[in-house]
Amino acid sequence: MIELAHVSKWYGPAQVLDDCSMTIAKGEVVVICGPSGSGKSTLIKCINGLEPFSKGTITVDGISVGDRATNLPKLRSRIGMVFQSFELFPHMTACENIVLAQQKVLARNREAAVAKASELLARMGLAEHASKYPAQLSGGQQQRVAIARALAMDPIAMLFDEPTSALDPEMITEVLDVMVKLAEDGMTMAVVTHEMGFARKVADRVVFMDQGSIVEDADKEAFFGTPRSQRAQLFLSKILQH
Amino acid sequence: MFAGFDFGILWLNAPFLWNGMLLTLQLTLLAVSGGLLLGIVLAVTRLSSIKPLAWLVEGYVNFLRSMPLILVIFWFYTLVPKLIGRPVSGFYSVLIAFVMFEAAYYSEIIRAGISSVRRPQISAAKALGLTNLQSMRYVVLPQAVRNMIPVLLTQSIIMLQDTSLVYVVGLRDFLTSADIVASRDNRPTELYLFVAIVFLVVCFSASRLVNRLRRRYAL
Repeated sequence: MIELAHVSKWYGPAQVLDDCSMTIAKGEVVVICGPSGSGKSTLIKCINGLEPFSKGTITVDGISVGDRATNLPKLRSRIGMVFQSFELFPHMTACENIVLAQQKVLARNREAAVAKASELLARMGLAEHASKYPAQLSGGQQQRVAIARALAMDPIAMLFDEPTSALDPEMITEVLDVMVKLAEDGMTMAVVTHEMGFARKVADRVVFMDQGSIVEDADKEAFFGTPRSQRAQLFLSKILQH
Repeated sequence: MFAGFDFGILWLNAPFLWNGMLLTLQLTLLAVSGGLLLGIVLAVTRLSSIKPLAWLVEGYVNFLRSMPLILVIFWFYTLVPKLIGRPVSGFYSVLIAFVMFEAAYYSEIIRAGISSVRRPQISAAKALGLTNLQSMRYVVLPQAVRNMIPVLLTQSIIMLQDTSLVYVVGLRDFLTSADIVASRDNRPTELYLFVAIVFLVVCFSASRLVNRLRRRYAL
């Protein structure tokens, strides 16, 4: 469903992505990990064209992301994205956050959009928070609203960019629980995260990145068993120490 | 403490003062709305990717902001009739001067407001499939306006106070009218005190009104 072929990207003279290739099949959950600055966030933002890339091709559901003729807003509306710092719209209630793009992009009528929002908020365990503003919600609640906002568009795939990195430890679980459920329901997911517990539980594959390149792309068992690259072994030994 | 003062003078001259007030309010409202409209256009142009236009606007804004308002009023009073080849009433030449002048300030406030919205908010809007225009309209501008309101209000109050400069082209705004009465009847204390109180009340109510609007619309 998502295919990256030889994707490279430069910021001026600095190369941030170096010949990255990978595929994500329908229903697959791929966890992308690696040290900070390894380019994993940049890579995931290339998938829905939020970050332009300099070389290579990315196709989502057969549509080329880098093609100038591609209707990017339309493509993006079919790919959900969840950000590290939630990025809910602060001037709208939780419900309005979820309704906005349904109405403006999918042209759903208001009743249908609100119904969808209520249903999703209930699924996230946030039914009673529909009319609250983001500032009145905890980080974990905000992130779940953000997930609901993305799901409301009935996406064919979901991209998560470090969805729990900005959360207090006790709130990480409530967000991960939602993501686990989503994975179990068969959603196609690309998740940038350091949560190795999550990766062990639901990932099909783990992609390890370092200095802009994909160093390892392996089945979960293989990755956690014996990662082939030294760099990945070192990384794992460091983050799994405690 | 007010022994020897005659506040009846205000009542006697009420219609005259009211006419001055009307001119002040009229000028303020027209200049603020015109300045805002032109200011939005200038701000958007300056943020646009058409560089020559952006530079032109930058030049305009910096130029006008370094001029004293009174000089701008003089210019337009002498310039506009020459440009269009026929005399223009003091009111219109002053109004044009105010609009052009205020627009320079408003455009800077609006530009700062738009820039104050965090970049990732735009990413989030785009990730949902909103177009650039829709992101601007539904995500950026509402947040920008909320950030701009206090400064826009301050600028508009300054505008209200600056209307008194129109005396230089012979118009009678509120302060000028009060001044005329004060010197004619030799009652400066009463008149200037009154003017101060009126300005205080108008400005105070304006800021109260804006605060109420902000709460009402959860801006």
